[in-house]
Amino acid sequence: MTDLSIHLPAIQVVAPMLLAPLVVLLKPRGLAWMAATAGSIMAFLIALNLAGQVLAGADVRYVMGGWAEPYGIGLRVDEFSALLLLIVNGASAAALLAARRSIDDAIEGDRQPLFYSAWLLTLAGLCGIVVSADAFNIFVFMEISSLASYILVAGGPDRRALPAVFKYLMMGTIGATFYLIGVGLVYMMTGTLNLADMELRIHEVADQRPILVAAGFITVGLALKAAVFPLHVWLPNAYTYAPHAVTVFLAACATKVSLYVLLRFDFVVFQQNLVGHELQFTAFLMPLAALAILVGSAVALFENNLKRLLAYSSVAQIGYILLGASMISVAGLSAGMLHMFNHALAKGTLFLAVVCLATRLATFDLREMAGAARAMPWTMAAFVLGGLSLIGVPGTAGFISKWYLVTAALEQGWLGVVLIVVVVAGSLMAVAYIWRIVEAVWFTQPEVGAAKAETASMAEAPLLMLAVTWAAALANIGFGLYTSPQRELAEKAAGALLGQLP
Amino acid sequence: MELLGIYHYWVFAVLLMIGFYAVVAKVNLVKKLIGLSLFQSAVFLLYITMGKVSGGTAPIFLKDMIDPVFSNPLPQVLILTAIVVGISTTALGLGIVVRIKEEYGTIEENEIQEIDRR
Repeated sequence: MTDLSIHLPAIQVVAPMLLAPLVVLLKPRGLAWMAATAGSIMAFLIALNLAGQVLAGADVRYVMGGWAEPYGIGLRVDEFSALLLLIVNGASAAALLAARRSIDDAIEGDRQPLFYSAWLLTLAGLCGIVVSADAFNIFVFMEISSLASYILVAGGPDRRALPAVFKYLMMGTIGATFYLIGVGLVYMMTGTLNLADMELRIHEVADQRPILVAAGFITVGLALKAAVFPLHVWLPNAYTYAPHAVTVFLAACATKVSLYVLLRFDFVVFQQNLVGHELQFTAFLMPLAALAILVGSAVALFENNLKRLLAYSSVAQIGYILLGASMISVAGLSAGMLHMFNHALAKGTLFLAVVCLATRLATFDLREMAGAARAMPWTMAAFVLGGLSLIGVPGTAGFISKWYLVTAALEQGWLGVVLIVVVVAGSLMAVAYIWRIVEAVWFTQPEVGAAKAETASMAEAPLLMLAVTWAAALANIGFGLYTSPQRELAEKAAGALLGQLP
Repeated sequence: MELLGIYHYWVFAVLLMIGFYAVVAKVNLVKKLIGLSLFQSAVFLLYITMGKVSGGTAPIFLKDMIDPVFSNPLPQVLILTAIVVGISTTALGLGIVVRIKEEYGTIEENEIQEIDRR
């Protein structure tokens, strides 16, 4: 038997992609779920293996079909991609494992195989973006994952998902096309699509203006896909009306993968080649990141729909990640990357708790959720743990990344003080909006009459669902106390991205 | 003269802006999708025209060729993929429009917002 382990970067993408059409054929009830979940867990194990290899110091490269780079298409897994692979595959595996009952409720039996197929395609696309070392390949995988995720979002029973997904499709396609224009301009000047090769050849380009235009197109296009404030308008509705399981998956990883491409492209190709690009990058993205934190959190404060509240909080969290990256220092960048991981954990836990709630609760309006925690104490306890991590209470994963962010900000002089104020203000608002939820479900008395009868008949969520939610909640604590693996990945990745800078 | 010499960039820019305008300004969802298709087609033209080498022919190697000049085939190959992506996007978009029509009975954006607000 040949050793498959050298093919792991390819299998990471190909396995879910090949499984997707097969799942469509699995009509008998539950079989499609089993196949998709098994595939997703396998993909997670591959991601763990790859992350292990990278942590051990290996530089995992793979050339498709044996055609050497830069002519062939290369795959590459370094620390940054390994971190993202863990997030993407972990979120997918956890969401699928927990969500069977929830998806049964949302989607009729005969459409389920198609739904799981779209799920696997989204997973394959997201993994493909992360492992690819080729700018055009990234575009293709981006479109695969986006098209499949539009289907996922629109799959639910809520008809308001349809206009939301239409908007998502419009803005997502414009974002991807902007990226394509940027790649075209760079290709025009350098004649290559391989990211590493681009970096080398861009030195020889005499006229920098097309490259600068390309940088603009790529930054704006990817910011659109990553829902960077003020380009986030597609996000809240898409997350709110999507089937709950899909929200877990997409909220944990979809926007972060776009941010990954943005950071990788910018730091590898543009930063060391364009004169003064660091300043432009900081001046453009830092104010947007600060505004995202403040506005996203403030809107979340006044939102009454639980899912939409968490979606706006996601807009704010993207701001934290970007804030770290826009400092262009090893400390700032690794804080941003660490926050990608920790926010995926916290938001994943919160939305998993929402999935649990959805099995028993008809509405997500905070005013009508009074006393829900009395019926579902375990679910809501996990929710509180996720919420603490989102706020950044010491001992949880969220604290670690915010601590790093504040430390990085201190290096920035007087500007850092402003940034710290922004971070602290955002965290305080997070305390307030998480408290609003906690107050509603734990401490408010349900109204007498019909509502009381409803809560009285409520019970805990199904066991598997609850178990996954608690595993995610405990991971928030675990990674808050024992931080080395993801911190090491983030620091090495930041060092590698910034390593080439003068 | 220099500005006319790069007329294909003008075609690209004008088409791109027409498409973008339709996406932003039209309320009819099908018209928005038409705008999106135009927007994408403009980018296809950008890629294809930049592969042209003056005096170059199609990159097919014949036996009696001496020092042939070929146009760059790679952008065309890339754009073949992008066209497929564009078609799938339009098809999926139209599919969503059909579903919206089924659920809301209209494909005008303002009317849909009106219905949702009620």
